Amino acid sequence: MTNSMVASWRRFQKYKPLIHELVGRDLKVKYRRSFLGYIWSILNPLLMMLLQSIIFSYMFRSNIPNFPLYLICGNTLFTFFNEATNMGMNSVIQNAALIKKVYIPKFIFPLSRVVSCFVTMSFSLAAIIVVMIVTKSPFYWTLLLCWLPLVFLFMFSCGLALLLSALTVYFRDMQHLYGVLTLGWSYATPLFYPIEALPDSIIPLMKLNPMYHYINLFRNLVMYGNIPGPNTWFANIASAVVSLALGLWAFRKMQKNFILYI
Amino acid sequence: MEPIISVNNVSMRFNLAQEKTETLKEYTVKFLKHQLFFNEFYALDDVSFTIQQGESVALIGRNGSGKSTMLKVIAGVMYPTKGSVQANGSIAPLIELGAGFDMDLTARENIYLNGAVMGHDRAFMDEHFDSIIDFAELREFVDVPVKNFSSGMVARLGFSIATEVKADILICDEVLSVGDFMFQQKCQKRMERMLSGGTTLLFVSHSLPQVKKLCTRSIWLDHGHKRADGPTEEVCEQYTAAMEKGEA
Repeated sequence: MTNSMVASWRRFQKYKPLIHELVGRDLKVKYRRSFLGYIWSILNPLLMMLLQSIIFSYMFRSNIPNFPLYLICGNTLFTFFNEATNMGMNSVIQNAALIKKVYIPKFIFPLSRVVSCFVTMSFSLAAIIVVMIVTKSPFYWTLLLCWLPLVFLFMFSCGLALLLSALTVYFRDMQHLYGVLTLGWSYATPLFYPIEALPDSIIPLMKLNPMYHYINLFRNLVMYGNIPGPNTWFANIASAVVSLALGLWAFRKMQKNFILYI
Repeated sequence: MEPIISVNNVSMRFNLAQEKTETLKEYTVKFLKHQLFFNEFYALDDVSFTIQQGESVALIGRNGSGKSTMLKVIAGVMYPTKGSVQANGSIAPLIELGAGFDMDLTARENIYLNGAVMGHDRAFMDEHFDSIIDFAELREFVDVPVKNFSSGMVARLGFSIATEVKADILICDEVLSVGDFMFQQKCQKRMERMLSGGTTLLFVSHSLPQVKKLCTRSIWLDHGHKRADGPTEEVCEQYTAAMEKGEA
């Protein structure tokens, strides 16, 4: 067991340049031929936030202080999660040509996609800073810890991307189903409403949603200068570790027969 | 001496029915009819051989005899259904030239990407960049997206990258037929030089003259079985004789 883990780690080391190149490729291709290029990573979340805060402040009379910041915090994390798992899910199928011809550890494909989405998201963090400045939100020292929920979310997304990419090879239907699933998931996550707006009977259910915990922790650190209690931390770490372990286990188990199905 | 490649009782089974079972409805119907695991097809059936370092071995045989499957199993792309394969050394796969290219990227970017596919980092590729481009004769097109290349140019670039770095084992599947005559000559020269440098070659080709030129030993595969294994001259003679008799 330890031997095979050491071997896996060695292989991972050997293919680090490949992850680097694949991430670089994703970023280059993403904004190739657009005039504003990487600026879109900042502009896009800002425009989304503007649109949503206009619409939602008319629709709901919510009493969330600094609603624009509340929105963009949740959206940044959820958009990353959505993009990373979606792109990760299709990564194995899209690289079929390569997998059929050359030996490469296959987990590299979903992993590199999640990493490139993570890099894009890090640019988007600048948009959050812009909103904080414009809305004159106070800068708490806890802001320095805001990378923690992002790392947990990264692990969670990696695990899910690995699992989904392996499943998709066998059941192509996943691709079509997953879009509906994430839309439902985004409504089930307090992105534009406060959790208190939900009926009391549903709140315990909401606590089963890992996305709620990541976003909650992030908002606490960025918006309220507050370090939440151990329960939130436990939920963050546990869901990240469980997802990553499950994803790796399932992917390892299924990858041997990929070649026969792609 | 320990062989550099050892292939032990390798069988590779494909499930033809499985390939077609794509939708849930078909799957259920087939499952109920107990047809799901029928139509098994053995691309390789209990094949064993070993190759010593520095040998140059050709795999010959008709279309569908399992040559390419054998190469893919050795390259680690496929896992054998039964048996095992061991390769002790770095492998340069020339299974399909330019397989790892991203058509939207330029030649320059693809060189780094393809190098990384083979496990080389940026600094290492920087050193070899110029000689790759020079060998491929593509200096004017370094910053052109590969999608605008002709198929010969893509193949040239692919060959140049794959053979630039000295590997212990070179696996070559019918790729020397690319490019124009001049380039073919150049490729052949480079392969001969690699061979004299101690690289082990595993070569698949339908061109017997090419096989005779490059390989000292040949293995004849016939419907997934090993039919003959020995010096190229003898095996090729047997093979030609069998084909002339019109045997399948």
